[in-house]
Amino acid sequence: MKKLLIAGTVALAAIAVAQDAKTITGAGASFPFPLYQEMFAQYNKTTGVQINYQSVGSGAGRTQIIAQTVDFGASDAFMNDELLKTAPGAIVHVPMAIGAVVPVYNVPGAPDKLKFTGDVLAQIYLGKITKWNDAKIVKLNMGVKLPDLAIQPVYRSDGSGTTAIFVDYLSKVSSDWAGTVSKGPQSTVKWPVGVGGPQSAGVAGLVKQTTGSIGYVETVYAKANKLEYGVVRNSTGKYVDGGNLKEVALASDSKSLPNDTRVSFTNSDIGYPISGFTWILVYKEQKYGKRTVEQAKSLVDLLKWMLADGQKINEQLAYGQIDGSALAKAKKIVSSITYGGKAL
Amino acid sequence: MVTRASQNIQVGISKTLSPARRAQNALAMVLVALGTLLVLVPLFLILKDLFVKGFSSLNLQFFTQSQSEITFLGSAGGFLNAIVGSVMMLAVALVIGVIIGIGTAIFLTEYREHRLVPSVRLMGDVLTGMPAIVVGLVIYGLVVRGLGFGYSGIAGGLSLGLIMIPVIVRATEEVLKLVPQTLREAGLALGLPRWKVIMNIVLPTARSGIITGVILAVARVSGEAAPLIFTAFGNSFLTWDPTQKMSGLPLAVYRSAFEPSEAAVARAWSGALVLVLAILVASLVARFAARKR
Amino acid sequence: MKATIPQPRRGSGSRADARFQAVIVALASIVLVTALAYSVVLLLNGASAFGREGLGFVFGSNWDPANGHFQAFPFIAGTFFTAIGALVIAVPLALAASLFIAEYAPDWLANPVAYLIELLAAIPSVVYGLWGIFVLIPATLPFQKWLASSLGWSAPIGPGLFSAMLLLAVMIIPFIAAISRDVIKLVPNDQREAAFALGATKWEVIRYAVLPYARAGILGGVILGLGRAIGETLAVTMVIGNANRFPQNLLSPTATMSSIIASNFGEASSPEFVSSLIGIGFVLLVVALVVNFLARIVIARLTPQGTV
Repeated sequence: MKKLLIAGTVALAAIAVAQDAKTITGAGASFPFPLYQEMFAQYNKTTGVQINYQSVGSGAGRTQIIAQTVDFGASDAFMNDELLKTAPGAIVHVPMAIGAVVPVYNVPGAPDKLKFTGDVLAQIYLGKITKWNDAKIVKLNMGVKLPDLAIQPVYRSDGSGTTAIFVDYLSKVSSDWAGTVSKGPQSTVKWPVGVGGPQSAGVAGLVKQTTGSIGYVETVYAKANKLEYGVVRNSTGKYVDGGNLKEVALASDSKSLPNDTRVSFTNSDIGYPISGFTWILVYKEQKYGKRTVEQAKSLVDLLKWMLADGQKINEQLAYGQIDGSALAKAKKIVSSITYGGKAL
Repeated sequence: MVTRASQNIQVGISKTLSPARRAQNALAMVLVALGTLLVLVPLFLILKDLFVKGFSSLNLQFFTQSQSEITFLGSAGGFLNAIVGSVMMLAVALVIGVIIGIGTAIFLTEYREHRLVPSVRLMGDVLTGMPAIVVGLVIYGLVVRGLGFGYSGIAGGLSLGLIMIPVIVRATEEVLKLVPQTLREAGLALGLPRWKVIMNIVLPTARSGIITGVILAVARVSGEAAPLIFTAFGNSFLTWDPTQKMSGLPLAVYRSAFEPSEAAVARAWSGALVLVLAILVASLVARFAARKR
Repeated sequence: MKATIPQPRRGSGSRADARFQAVIVALASIVLVTALAYSVVLLLNGASAFGREGLGFVFGSNWDPANGHFQAFPFIAGTFFTAIGALVIAVPLALAASLFIAEYAPDWLANPVAYLIELLAAIPSVVYGLWGIFVLIPATLPFQKWLASSLGWSAPIGPGLFSAMLLLAVMIIPFIAAISRDVIKLVPNDQREAAFALGATKWEVIRYAVLPYARAGILGGVILGLGRAIGETLAVTMVIGNANRFPQNLLSPTATMSSIIASNFGEASSPEFVSSLIGIGFVLLVVALVVNFLARIVIARLTPQGTV
């Protein structure tokens, strides 16, 4: 009874808070949702600011920031120049985490961390490698006994940033893939073979219950579902583990990173090759619609916090940290945000 | 009617109870029982999973805390925000669905000489075939963005109400049609005005069927997540104000079910269980109320 | 008996009657306006999809968003196959259940069974989907494998047309059963008594006195079920395997119109992609309309004279 009373009081207090405290609304990518949930809950505790983030998908996140129905959007794919032009103002990209996509499989008798190359992954998803004991897989995994079992490829049935990173990588390492299926990051493609599972959890579920299957999910899903996943050879010939977050973070350092951080760094020559940024999208000029300077200030404070204290949460949840040159550039982008032309 | 039935029977069967007829009768009964069993088996399987998985993580906290308190690493948080959101939005939907739905069904059955009847019937069919997600998209285009109302519990309730309408119309229409014409004629012959005949004779006669229709409609929309995404948006914080962004149980269930955390998936099952139990209670109450009068 | 209602006499009632009628007409008009608004919104938004692909949008089979091809025939076929398959499975079972409840079982058994079946309608789509992936598919996979090997089809992985049909059938049964039960219960008892009096068996009473009377109402329930089967989104999305291609056989993965909208709308980036998805929404609307229209004709033919 006492518990109920306390709960009731808490509930009433929550209502009171909901009406007068500052609130920030965001929508978009589902991949960083667990991370954002953790960050926003901690931020709420320390500052009292309520952040209502809904994972509706990266595409919807981009659409909604363009439509100005949210304070920030979130996306696993960057907006290209053409799309940026459709927005009523300049939008900036702030990278918040790096996600790695790993090949998960269910092969009886096979050990964890089988070795893959981009070319082998592409041929599996093209339907050209159809058996687990294919010479090309056996060659990479000397000493491992692979069964004479049909490969059942599983892909994401919904449009997804995970798919975009995966097929972007395949198109860079396989001319066959680039020629017949897709070029660049595409959230959905016409898969030549295989079966689709809904969301990462669906892919993980199907892989778990289907012998001979292979799928691709973000590291956090492979770990949560206790699935075996493979290591992938990067362009320098080194086999890298996507579960090693230092290697994942390293990949973003590879290229001369553009100042606006809009870049795909799959098939990087250092670190793990199948990875990418996930961004938060905000307007550079915050004075639009009915927005007040307080709202703008509160949003910028949040972004600054996410790049500082918030980054400590990344590795706990199996996301790569924003570090080095990427972090410096991200901070610079946040400090370039203005209200009525004045810095915040 | 009696004559028609007897004619049918005279055409269909001979008058002696032959072994063939007896066997046919027994066979029909076995098939009906078997069919019912086949319906009940998956039902039990689903309910079993729902109860086992749903109860395992159902606790007081589930009803007293909101999703805003959930952290990936911690154990706090519940679905209070979503439960409140569902209640508020279903209330909005129920008002819209019942008034427009039953009104339309009355129009279609009691005013069938009206020149608008064919078009209303056609458009009712349009609504029947509309997938929930498309309803959500249309409300998003017309209300959320078009009229500039933004996301809100009201927009969510509106989309749910629109999905309810065709279910209520169709179910109500079917039972109204079965109210014997003689009842109406008797009422009119007594000098009752037509509206009184409809309200005091036709509707009460069909009450149980109409209630079934409304329950089905509520049950149908209470589990819909898709239309809420683009209308109510979702809200991890608790709010009672339907002009604010709101969450609903199915939305919370849908999103939690795909998270890479066992606690989130368990909460999703609990949410589904609570939803189904709430519908069960509501339908029992409605039926009880209907029978009592 | 012709369904005309005698005009009410003039007097105090007639003004109230006029007012009542005005309210009813206004309510019905809301349905009219809303549905028109839907159609216009969908058509306007989807028109560009037809503009680009022409008739290929509905008759072509190349759906390849990465390369800018949007032809929706596989999904139209997918919707058609899954809905019909689900009906074939669901209708006999639902009918059996409703007869059991309304005609055979004693009240103490009939009522709980009826509640349970209605409860099936309340289970959220996503729960059906989860159950489909984690329980139904593994449970039916041995049968699917046996079927595939005996017919010489390629080995099934689980998600596909067949799984979607089964799951949809489970989902639409409560709609058909609940409405059938109600209309069967509403069949006047003198129908049954007359038949019994003639020495008919229980089955003959049902066959010749009850079912003909309730036939039109049952079909109304079937149409509601069909409407749900055609429009059902999340659960189907989760078990159909979502392949952008025409199914090779009963067990292969494919997609439906609503599943392709649901699984791609959130991530659709190009305007062409978005308008194609909305265009599919419009096609879905047309398909649903045609199905409803056909069903109405069937009902009209089956409705016995004598009922209204």
